[in-house]
Amino acid sequence: MDVLGRYRNLIVLVGVLFAQVLGLAVQVKRTTDGESTHLIRIWAVGAVTPLEKLLGWTQTSTSNIWHNYFYLRGVRAENRSLKTQIEQMRLEQVRMSQDADQARRLQALLGFKEQFISQTMAAQVIGSSGSEQSRSVYIDKGEHDGIKPDMAVITADGIVGKVLSVYRSTALVLLINDHSSGVGAILDKTRLQGIVRGTPAGEVTLERVMSDETVPAGEQVLTSGGDGIFPKGLLVGRVTKVSPGTELFLDIHVRPAADLSKLEEVLVVTKIDERQAQPDHVGAARAVDILAERLPGVPQKPASTDKAATPGADVVTTGSGAPKVAGSEVKPKSAPPQASAGNGTAAATKPVKTASAPANSAGTKPAGPAGTAPLVNATATNGTKPSAKPVKAAIEPKPQPAVEDAPH
Amino acid sequence: MAITYTSGEQVEVYRFSIPATILIPLGAVFLQAWLPLRFPFFSIFDLPLLVTIGFATARRNPLAGLFTGGLIGILQDALTHQMIGLYGIAKTVVGFGASSLGIKLDVENAGARFLLTIFFYVVHKVVYFMIARGLAGLRMAWSWPHEILSCLANALLGVLVFMLLDRVKQRT
Repeated sequence: MDVLGRYRNLIVLVGVLFAQVLGLAVQVKRTTDGESTHLIRIWAVGAVTPLEKLLGWTQTSTSNIWHNYFYLRGVRAENRSLKTQIEQMRLEQVRMSQDADQARRLQALLGFKEQFISQTMAAQVIGSSGSEQSRSVYIDKGEHDGIKPDMAVITADGIVGKVLSVYRSTALVLLINDHSSGVGAILDKTRLQGIVRGTPAGEVTLERVMSDETVPAGEQVLTSGGDGIFPKGLLVGRVTKVSPGTELFLDIHVRPAADLSKLEEVLVVTKIDERQAQPDHVGAARAVDILAERLPGVPQKPASTDKAATPGADVVTTGSGAPKVAGSEVKPKSAPPQASAGNGTAAATKPVKTASAPANSAGTKPAGPAGTAPLVNATATNGTKPSAKPVKAAIEPKPQPAVEDAPH
Repeated sequence: MAITYTSGEQVEVYRFSIPATILIPLGAVFLQAWLPLRFPFFSIFDLPLLVTIGFATARRNPLAGLFTGGLIGILQDALTHQMIGLYGIAKTVVGFGASSLGIKLDVENAGARFLLTIFFYVVHKVVYFMIARGLAGLRMAWSWPHEILSCLANALLGVLVFMLLDRVKQRT
């Protein structure tokens, strides 16, 4: 009895340690952690996150008041700059939509199914795990908002992680630089597949790429969609360093595109749809349309100019009066954007000529398959003013020399 | 800087009010989770560890020290996605050790506190590393420059934290 009293502290210490080690061993034994410790986690999260939410809300409100009311200096200049940026991006969008359209047609031909993000939910990052061994953050959306485990979390810059645990009004997001995370990835140009994993030091690596492959530094790493969490094609990051690994695989370091140390707002992908690829029948906005919108006072052409000679493109007038160029949905005669850009031919002039007349009857959309992407690319590469030739073509419906029209 | 050996009768034993006992550890865990989002460099600190050492050395009661450390550690574990008990075990050992040492040594001056924090930071790291790697089978990184920097930074912050705790502790 005396011995027990004398070593009481030590006995209690051993007892407490033994209990914790036992608890740990039970958790190690169970592959799916969560059931046995869920209550403790709920209490801990319930104790800490309300304060984090309150602080986050206060910070956001203060920041909004400051940015929306007091700090408006330079907004006009920024607005101008953004408008210019939008113009450039619209032109870029035209080129990309052509590529996307072509890809969709090919996928449809091959019976591919495409995945796309159909619904996201914005969430604010309110706290972290507070441990360097656990790279995870808490967001202010939870079960009540429809968040579920294994949902992808992204930002505009790139992917962030996945939802690991969901509580009533918060959720724990495991970041891609945590050592227990893994994301199916593919290299953008070389199309090599691998797994993006975090390291204990908080870095991100691309694993399972064979050492006989060549991976250049700076190459983009995208999601492959193979993990069933992230849809295909989202940006993960860029390759920063490649070195021979210890085994058969390369040691590839990746810098995440999203700044994982300064996350404020994220998007939780709440719905991913998968459907058979369909060719885009409506057609994307075309360069000629965009340019036509910008041009002031283009004279309207009589309907008789519909059949202006357009070598390489058969014009068919539809019942509604709108012209339809044969193959406009398939666009087989369009030169590949890169090729036309490289040639620098003014292939846009002819289609615009034919397109100017239908603008009367059909409203706005002239149809000319060969004049869209090449125009954008020629403009982009040659640096010529995009409006000059279409205007001339619209006013003078004279056939142009064949060399300008030649789609390759 | 002097660390003097004192008898149990010579050292003063302090206690903390119930609100302080609950809110200070909770606040430390909260700040540890919240501040690294705004200031990423803060992740090198371990505020709950400093509070564990501060409470233990002030109370000078090994049982109170180990239970306080254990609870703070489990709370910290619960916020991570890893198994519960890793920080719990490490901080239980630190709480017990710091309060046992607090009985023997005078830890009222800044130099002693600085050295004490360095010592218990290392103990905490070693115990955590062993448990995480040996028992839980986790992959762990060990970088000497990082650990040394983190150790010194925690020791400096520890001196400040102990000064703040001095203001709320009550003589028994």
